Amino acid sequence: MKIIIVGDGKVGYSLAENLSKEKHDVIVIDKNPEALRKASDYLDVMCIRGNGVSAQTLIEAGVKHADILIAVTSSDEINMVCCLAGKKLGAAHTIARIRDPEYADELSILRNELELDLVINPEQAVAQEIAKLLKFPSAIDVELFAGGSVELVEIIATPDMPIINMRIMDISGRFSPDILIGAVQRGNDVYIPNGSFEIKENDALYILGKPASVYEFCRLMGKYNHKIKNIMVVGGGRIAYYLAKSLKHHDMKIKIIEEDMERCLELSEKIPDALIIKGDGTDESLLNSENLCNMDAFVALTGHDEANLLAALLAKQCNVSKVIVKITRINYPAIIKNMGIDSVVDPKVITSNHIISYVRGLKNAEGNSVEHLYRIVGGQVEAIEFTVRTNSRYLNIPLKKLALAAEALVAVIVRKNEVIIPHGDDVIKLGDRVIIIAKNKQITDFNEIVLSGGKIK
Amino acid sequence: MNTRMILKTLGFLLIIEAASMLPSLLVSLIYKGNDFAAFLITIVILLLTGVILYRMKVKNTNLYSRDGFAIVSIGWIMISLFGALPFILSGAIPSFFDAFFECVSGLTTTGSSILQDVEGLPKGILFWRSSTIWLGGMGVLVLTLAILPKAGATSFQIMKAESPGPNPDKLVPKIAQTAQILYSIYLGLTIVLTVLLIIAGMPVYDALIHAIGTAGTGGFSIKNLSVGSYNNIFIEVIITVFMFIFGINFALHYHVLKGNVKSIFKDEEFCFYTGTVIIAIILISVNLTGSVFNSVGESLRHASFQVTSVITTTGYSTYDFNQWPTFSKTILVILMFMGACAGSTSGGMKCIRIVVLLKTVKRELKRILHPRAVNTVKLSGRNLDDSLMSGVTSYFFAYFVVFVISILLISLDGKDLTTTFTSVTTTINNVGPGLGLVGPSGNFADYSDFNKFLFSFIMLFGRLEIFPMLLLFTPSFWRRANI
Repeated sequence: MKIIIVGDGKVGYSLAENLSKEKHDVIVIDKNPEALRKASDYLDVMCIRGNGVSAQTLIEAGVKHADILIAVTSSDEINMVCCLAGKKLGAAHTIARIRDPEYADELSILRNELELDLVINPEQAVAQEIAKLLKFPSAIDVELFAGGSVELVEIIATPDMPIINMRIMDISGRFSPDILIGAVQRGNDVYIPNGSFEIKENDALYILGKPASVYEFCRLMGKYNHKIKNIMVVGGGRIAYYLAKSLKHHDMKIKIIEEDMERCLELSEKIPDALIIKGDGTDESLLNSENLCNMDAFVALTGHDEANLLAALLAKQCNVSKVIVKITRINYPAIIKNMGIDSVVDPKVITSNHIISYVRGLKNAEGNSVEHLYRIVGGQVEAIEFTVRTNSRYLNIPLKKLALAAEALVAVIVRKNEVIIPHGDDVIKLGDRVIIIAKNKQITDFNEIVLSGGKIK
Repeated sequence: MNTRMILKTLGFLLIIEAASMLPSLLVSLIYKGNDFAAFLITIVILLLTGVILYRMKVKNTNLYSRDGFAIVSIGWIMISLFGALPFILSGAIPSFFDAFFECVSGLTTTGSSILQDVEGLPKGILFWRSSTIWLGGMGVLVLTLAILPKAGATSFQIMKAESPGPNPDKLVPKIAQTAQILYSIYLGLTIVLTVLLIIAGMPVYDALIHAIGTAGTGGFSIKNLSVGSYNNIFIEVIITVFMFIFGINFALHYHVLKGNVKSIFKDEEFCFYTGTVIIAIILISVNLTGSVFNSVGESLRHASFQVTSVITTTGYSTYDFNQWPTFSKTILVILMFMGACAGSTSGGMKCIRIVVLLKTVKRELKRILHPRAVNTVKLSGRNLDDSLMSGVTSYFFAYFVVFVISILLISLDGKDLTTTFTSVTTTINNVGPGLGLVGPSGNFADYSDFNKFLFSFIMLFGRLEIFPMLLLFTPSFWRRANI
């Protein structure tokens, strides 16, 4: 597909990187030659220097035959105008990043009027991500599939868990059989485990199942913590605002520390339920005087990655049970993972995941459309949900008779309201929602994981 | 430096060279020449070395700027060495230095020769000699990118280092596809030219050789008198037009093929190039009329052929311009330095650099008049980066340093000043013929082995535009951790 990306910032670059790896023709437009240089040096994309709003630049980039136009410049207005112009000039689909809370409430009108196909609000997406984590504190990462009826949860295997050194096939016998360990990360390697895979200490386990079953499993593992009640947030940006809004009805108390007085006033006006404190979020004495140590959760959301990390370490020292850090710029996942911080959220990754799953869905518009895509471990492993709409010849055949690709797994089948963790005798039927986990593959259709030639055993 | 990945790419390069030798093998088979064995042996050697290198296990496939330059400079020396093998093995050019010179001259699209009598050589060898021009013209590494199974994103570094001109553009988002488009245009134009030459009355074999020589702007002929020996005005006109076409940036060809004809007139480099050609033709014609030729038509015919031949650095000749008046000769020498457009198959400094340099001078003048003026320099409606402008000026300086050192070294041979000066001019700009002893009717055979070797490197410096070759002589380039 031909994809034009306007704005070569953090998200733009990450999108260009991922989309060009998926063999799309990617054209990046930006005003800043420095930003473009990096893209042209390291990515197989075409770079055009110019203003993405100008029709001439868009025409030069070939907007007429473009399948998707993605506007991710720093300005909402430019993104909107850019998408509007792009649509008029012939782009088939347009995606805009619109982040200002002022617009957030009018999104549906904007979408209709500007004929946008997808609107991404990174801050809101991040806030939702954090809210999910806060609702399920024992997990490092939580992702919902099939409209919330299936949950994917990442937990770390600690030495006190009963499943250490057990094989996967024995686990389902001893504990609840309704969950599935879909992927395991050990060090820098990722495995799609089979029955004889043995769990070791410090493995990151990705567990799938009905929310209730997953909770139950975590409880058995001794991972079930108390419900989180008190949350301290450092940095009163847009994410904090959206977070406070989305936690409003969850009986959680939120305390926001922000340095800028004007911003503090604005926040206190908009979210009266929250406690707003003016001060430096990295100041230890301030944090202690605001009794950091008695908090259930600590979320660091300032604009500085380093400050976020330091504040988080401080919180971890006081034994705050759930510490979440926002990281935007620096790129050392391995180091951060070793620091003992519970969860890391990266707006850039969340935004590009959203857009990429949308693009994959478009690519496969005629077939079984991708409903949801979730990428774990830096994109090495993907969990994809799609609804089986077309009649594939692999339907109604017991899974054990299908020769599936190595390192790919049919993880969950959702039939109406029934969640099935499939075994060899289960079949996929028309209308099912299927969640597939695959390593190092980019899947757009169920047929792709059945081995080439589609041999039926 | 990512040594393994570099070696792997070089291995693939050798496999491509082996493949490109197949047509010559076929020709020698058809004409039953005694050079068949030489090609067969070379191909086997190339394939063996190439496959061993290519099968190397590579963990990290990233190529950074330094790796791209290393691949280009080492790769070019390597294919020149291997490409010289058929000449030596067949006994056509027994001396190593002569064979290396001849092969480099082909690959760099120079077209200078050490051969006294071209017509006596086996057909297969002559065909290989011309094939090297075709390979070198568009860039053998660009060809590698076009067919390399996994041309990664970072292989753009290779294209940057090999393509002529200050900043090559991608035509389409993917690098492999860009290379494929460039080669399709190149191949298509070569075929059209071959057919036209056959229609104009050339024998098929000659037509093929001359089409290749024109396409790569190399100018190897299989006649001692070059194109002049056919004495056919149609052939001359066809070759003139096509030399001009191959001197245009291939990106413009692509835009024209896509139906965007207007874009070529918006391109300042193209306008400068066309203007220069027209002015040079007029000046030389006026100068020649009466002094060399009697009719205006005759002067125009030879002047236009020679001007396009020299500015595109092809180096074909229809007339021994060594006999022309000094004014005409001087213009031709100036054109040698200038060269045609960036992104074409020609050599020289490239018009775009001249245009940029002129604009820099203009900006400097404006700065003197208005010290506080803020200037942006534009080329074809686009802003020019400061880095690009300073790149051009430093290229210009490096070019002249190499030029001066070369002249000093070559002058040790004791030839007259005109010969020494123009022999270096013609090799560094990849033109072919110079003046004096190395004029259209002369050749480089008289030079010593040391000088022939030196000329070979001067040609490589010129073709790869100085910096890739200069890096080979920089110690820190070779260090594992270069600081």
